[in-house]
Amino acid sequence: MNAKKKRRLAFAAALVAVGAVLAVIVVYGLGQNTMYFRSPTDIAEHRIQPGVSIRLGGLVQQGSVAHGKGAEVRFAITDGKSTVPVNFSGVLPALFREGQGVVTTGALNETGTFVANEVLAKHDEKYMPPEVVDSLKRSGRWKEGGV
Amino acid sequence: MTGELGQIAVCFALALSLVMSGAGLWGARADQAASRSIANGAAMGMLVFTALAFGVLTYAFIVSDFSVALVSSHSHTTKPLIYKISGVWGNHEGSMLLWVLVLAIYAALVAALQRGGDRLTSAALGVQGLMAAAFFLFLLFTSNPFARLDPMPFEGNGLTPLLQDIGLALHPPMLYAGYVGLSASFSYAAAALMVGEEGWARAARPFMLIAWIALTAGIALGSWWAYYELGWGGFWFWDPVENASLMPWLIATALLHSALATERSGAFRTWTLLLAIGGFSMSLIGTFLVRSGLTSSVHAFASDPTRGFFIMVLIALAIGGALALFAWRAPTLKGGAAFEPVSRETTLLLNNVFLIASCACVFVGTLYPLVLEAFNGTKISVGPPYYMLTFSPIFFALLLLVPLGPKLGWKRGDLKAAWRSLYPALGLAAVAAIAVLALITPRGLTAALAFAVAGWLIGASILDVRSRKGARASAFAAALAHAGLGVTLLGVTGATAWRSEALTVMAPGEIITVGPYRLRFDGVTEVKGPNYVADQARIALMDGDRVKTMLRPEQRFYTAEGQSVADTAIRTTGLRDLYLALGDNRGNGRYAIRVYVSPLAPLIWLGALVMALGGMLSLWGRVRVGARASASETVAAE
Repeated sequence: MNAKKKRRLAFAAALVAVGAVLAVIVVYGLGQNTMYFRSPTDIAEHRIQPGVSIRLGGLVQQGSVAHGKGAEVRFAITDGKSTVPVNFSGVLPALFREGQGVVTTGALNETGTFVANEVLAKHDEKYMPPEVVDSLKRSGRWKEGGV
Repeated sequence: MTGELGQIAVCFALALSLVMSGAGLWGARADQAASRSIANGAAMGMLVFTALAFGVLTYAFIVSDFSVALVSSHSHTTKPLIYKISGVWGNHEGSMLLWVLVLAIYAALVAALQRGGDRLTSAALGVQGLMAAAFFLFLLFTSNPFARLDPMPFEGNGLTPLLQDIGLALHPPMLYAGYVGLSASFSYAAAALMVGEEGWARAARPFMLIAWIALTAGIALGSWWAYYELGWGGFWFWDPVENASLMPWLIATALLHSALATERSGAFRTWTLLLAIGGFSMSLIGTFLVRSGLTSSVHAFASDPTRGFFIMVLIALAIGGALALFAWRAPTLKGGAAFEPVSRETTLLLNNVFLIASCACVFVGTLYPLVLEAFNGTKISVGPPYYMLTFSPIFFALLLLVPLGPKLGWKRGDLKAAWRSLYPALGLAAVAAIAVLALITPRGLTAALAFAVAGWLIGASILDVRSRKGARASAFAAALAHAGLGVTLLGVTGATAWRSEALTVMAPGEIITVGPYRLRFDGVTEVKGPNYVADQARIALMDGDRVKTMLRPEQRFYTAEGQSVADTAIRTTGLRDLYLALGDNRGNGRYAIRVYVSPLAPLIWLGALVMALGGMLSLWGRVRVGARASASETVAAE
């Protein structure tokens, strides 16, 4: 084997090694850090581990919003079929209203309450997060052109 | 009438782009000099007609001509003039017109910089013409910006308020200048594969630099906008749309470095070609991600599947075609020049490995959710921790390596000497790390490490400038760009590791202390803007019992659009930001308020500016050298 071939081989081996390390990091990273989107019905029908971070989306149930002390807020998210109570401490988006579509991130606690660390509502009165639209369609509560 | 004029201009531009591609590709033959001048002329003509179409659309927005459907659905008479103009590209159709305008500008630049008209540039114009034609067809058939609306409405629907902002008025043109700028390198690479690659890296260099500068500035603008407009105090969210702009930047950075080696020492010949193809491919994929509506964000204008399909076909043709050309022609090219394991080439090789690896991490994190959803309908999102785990360590390793490169010689370097000359930078790194550990509580190892690396980068850049005393200004370009990286790293570290925040509900008269600041909430009043009403909070920054200054974060409601947007109040010392955002009304005059104190945050964007300045310095050097070369040619001819 001449010097040039040897160098090529070493280079290819190094490349494969780098690629393998990269693949391991990426796969591990994805395994640790993906968050599933769940609708209230998903939560009612499947048992979802408390403490696992998920995104929960749906409509803010009419008449459910109650302010606690400090920055605490309690409300419920519904897809028309099932409802999940939510606790949140923080600042709500400006267009957070009852009946509005929202997506929250957080985890269920032992009592089945969703503890949110982030509440997202879009800045648009007419906007509905696509995940929420899908879950409303699945629960049969979606009406074209408004809810 | 104006609308039709715009439409006709687009049709003419399309015809000229076809002429340009035909004449350009034909002119790549050795004996077809006449064809080359036709391609040149067509490039100029295409620019004129595209600019005309863009001008017509801009005029329609300025005078609120609601008979043009696009204007009526994205503008409003009450909008301030600047946002009427920026509204031109604040929608899908208009932004695609801007895209082809930038493409036409680059084609004209390629033609103008081509002195005498060589085969390489002619073929590059041909490729550029093909792409332009594809985008003009896309514009005419799926996204006509000049479509009419009958009957004409009295009032428009307005522009998404988030886009009514100076940062976002400038961000898209800047980013497009970068995205599309990579098309010039792409065209040159394809041309090099057709007619032989001698000198292509030199010819394409100015375009790589322009694209890189524009991408750097565009990303910085976007991040700055997200910082002050979204009200979350963050500057980077690893949102798919942000990633779509980061990926081309990473590849463009790799390309700049690899092309330097190709130009100076003949190394990485085929690899550089592949990178030039990859860079623009990332731009196209980014455009597709952003425009197809696959990701939900302010950027997703189109949810029309035919558009997504068309762009997908376009991407497949461009990338597939270029890669096929590469596979066919690359084996015939001369292999890269050899170099010793200890040499500048090796550091540039590692630079490329790290940049490509970090780009791969972003790529997977961005596309995995889309693929998974298409595959089995599962909806997931990949959060920032993924990127912290994958992207950050790789990029960190890259930064460690940066100072070494410029100290090593081409072909064969002296590692010991390079290392020794960097001792002062190592000293600065140690001082920075120790200072962080000693002075700042709570102690953070990551922050100390990051400061050490920033010190290492900035120190090495200073050394580099000192060692080249008396050299041309452009010799300092790399030092400046590398120092900019260090400055940005300082900002990122400060704003993430030492940020303090308070999320509270305050009643009028209440006082809170956040970091070194005492703040008193004085209540909320309603104020009227030109096209919005706002709840404006008055928050006093206190110095003892004295009011030092009044800060006024707002929550604006845009009546025409029915949307609400936060307007933060930021007070900066240049080294620390006090950041206030007004939240929701909690009754009895009480409001939720967010306060962030972000040390060093302004350095994030200052660093990006320094990087861009480094790019400009390098570009300026090129232009001067180019001018001198052409001057001496003229002298020689006489």
